[in-house]
Amino acid sequence: MNSGDSGGYPAVRSSSGARLLKMRAWSMIDMLFGTAVTLLARGVTGVRAEWQGCAPDARSRVYFANHTSHGDSVLVWTVLPPVMRRNTRPVAGSGYWNANATRRFFADRVFHSVLIDRNWAARNGDPMKLMTDALDAGASLIMFPEGTRNVTDERLLPFKSGLYHLAMARPQVELVPVWLENLNRMMPKGEVFPIPLLCTVTFGVPLTISAQEDKSAFLRRARAALLAAAAARAAAQ
Amino acid sequence: MTVTEQTLALFGGIVVVLIVASLIGFLLQRRYAAEGPNAVIDNLNTRIKAWWVMVCVISFAFAFGKAGLIALFAFASFTALREFITLLPTRRGDHYALGAAFFIVLPLQYYLVWIEWYGLYSILIPVYAFLLLPIVAALRGDTTNFMRRVAEVQWALMICVFCISHVPALLTLPIPDYEGRQVLLIAFLVLVVQSSDVLQYVWGKLLGSRKIAPLLSPSKTVEGFVCGVASASLIGAALWWITPFEPWQAGIMALIINLMGFLGGLVMSAIKRDRGVKDWGHMIEGHGGMLDRLDSVIFAAPIFFHITRYWWTI
Repeated sequence: MNSGDSGGYPAVRSSSGARLLKMRAWSMIDMLFGTAVTLLARGVTGVRAEWQGCAPDARSRVYFANHTSHGDSVLVWTVLPPVMRRNTRPVAGSGYWNANATRRFFADRVFHSVLIDRNWAARNGDPMKLMTDALDAGASLIMFPEGTRNVTDERLLPFKSGLYHLAMARPQVELVPVWLENLNRMMPKGEVFPIPLLCTVTFGVPLTISAQEDKSAFLRRARAALLAAAAARAAAQ
Repeated sequence: MTVTEQTLALFGGIVVVLIVASLIGFLLQRRYAAEGPNAVIDNLNTRIKAWWVMVCVISFAFAFGKAGLIALFAFASFTALREFITLLPTRRGDHYALGAAFFIVLPLQYYLVWIEWYGLYSILIPVYAFLLLPIVAALRGDTTNFMRRVAEVQWALMICVFCISHVPALLTLPIPDYEGRQVLLIAFLVLVVQSSDVLQYVWGKLLGSRKIAPLLSPSKTVEGFVCGVASASLIGAALWWITPFEPWQAGIMALIINLMGFLGGLVMSAIKRDRGVKDWGHMIEGHGGMLDRLDSVIFAAPIFFHITRYWWTI
């Protein structure tokens, strides 16, 4: 849980002992669910982290990954050391995660997701503000700059501009490329059951935006950094 | 001695060997600590630690008897199959066939071993999976590399499920005057294969100079192979008291097991090289994946099973 009130917990208005106790019990339950999710993810995918380009660091960071399946953010979240995991929030679409109570529970209480409305017209909060608020509160983010799941044969779709705007808003924050391997093979789009395969999560060399860099140059560089992480993974085998 | 006494004596002996190995590792580390990190000694100590873990897991399974052993090897098969399939260039058209391999063939094979239906578990994969999985794959309509893809899935099942399941299948052999003690045949097979692996490694480090298969496995040497197989076969002969064999027969069985194990290791190395990896996985630190640990057992188990079945059962 990060220091800001961003995990979906009610703010403490009075310090009544009963309420505190109840909150603590709830946060225990949330953590149990979190641990259960990581154990399940590990059991099925045997997932392993490869810190190729950087070491784990509790500082606020943005992890940007290739997006091939619904399990992507869970996998990144699972391989982070527990201390960092509690403070790392996946950026996800609110349409999917607010659809029912179970998804809402996992998004709010277990993953502490930053939920973004993809629908421009109906949007009520500024998605950039939600993300910068989370970073300012000391959290790290997991995001997928391709914007949508990649179901093509291309290794990586062109990046959407979200990563650029976030980098401009908080230029000091490190952006860590994260290459996810095999999750798309486990459950290709349209299939109804997964095949157990070993997955890896490779952390590449972090980058930050430079002062004069324009949008397309930065996005190209970020995309190249993610492909470099994939190449480093292939070379390390 | 009863089977329980023999099992306890055996595991007691293994624990003593591991304690001695740990002590040697500790002393080597202390002695050479001043010269900075030593990769060989660190690797040795990592391996010894992993051995402790593996002996604990195996003893735990032995404590639960047949159910424990079948569960342990079914889990080993699952993990091995996952490692194997991960390295294959599968396509979306293989999805149903792979699902059938993991969720139908694998559990069914171990269920058949559990109910001791020899007539079916010995042909389930070589006959039924061999014919049915290509049908499933063909119905998906993707013909790219079709022959190669179905052959690879079949190979994965043979290696990871069929061969591995022949270790717990030893429990189903009806050997006269050996009823209720078949669990010790598993101990014999695993001990002989693993001591051969360890002794080949140790002899190779001590006096190895001529490479035996430089293209497949550059760390294996002629000296390691000859001395390792010879000494592990002697260990096998010395373990005759837990088997239905005479000492000389136990020695020959161990020799066959060790040769199959060594050659199986070369085959598995060839596959790894072809796929461009050093290890099958990263399950156990210092040991790679499940298949790195089991490669020699895999090739030895069905042969050991059938020789024992042919000459010793009624």
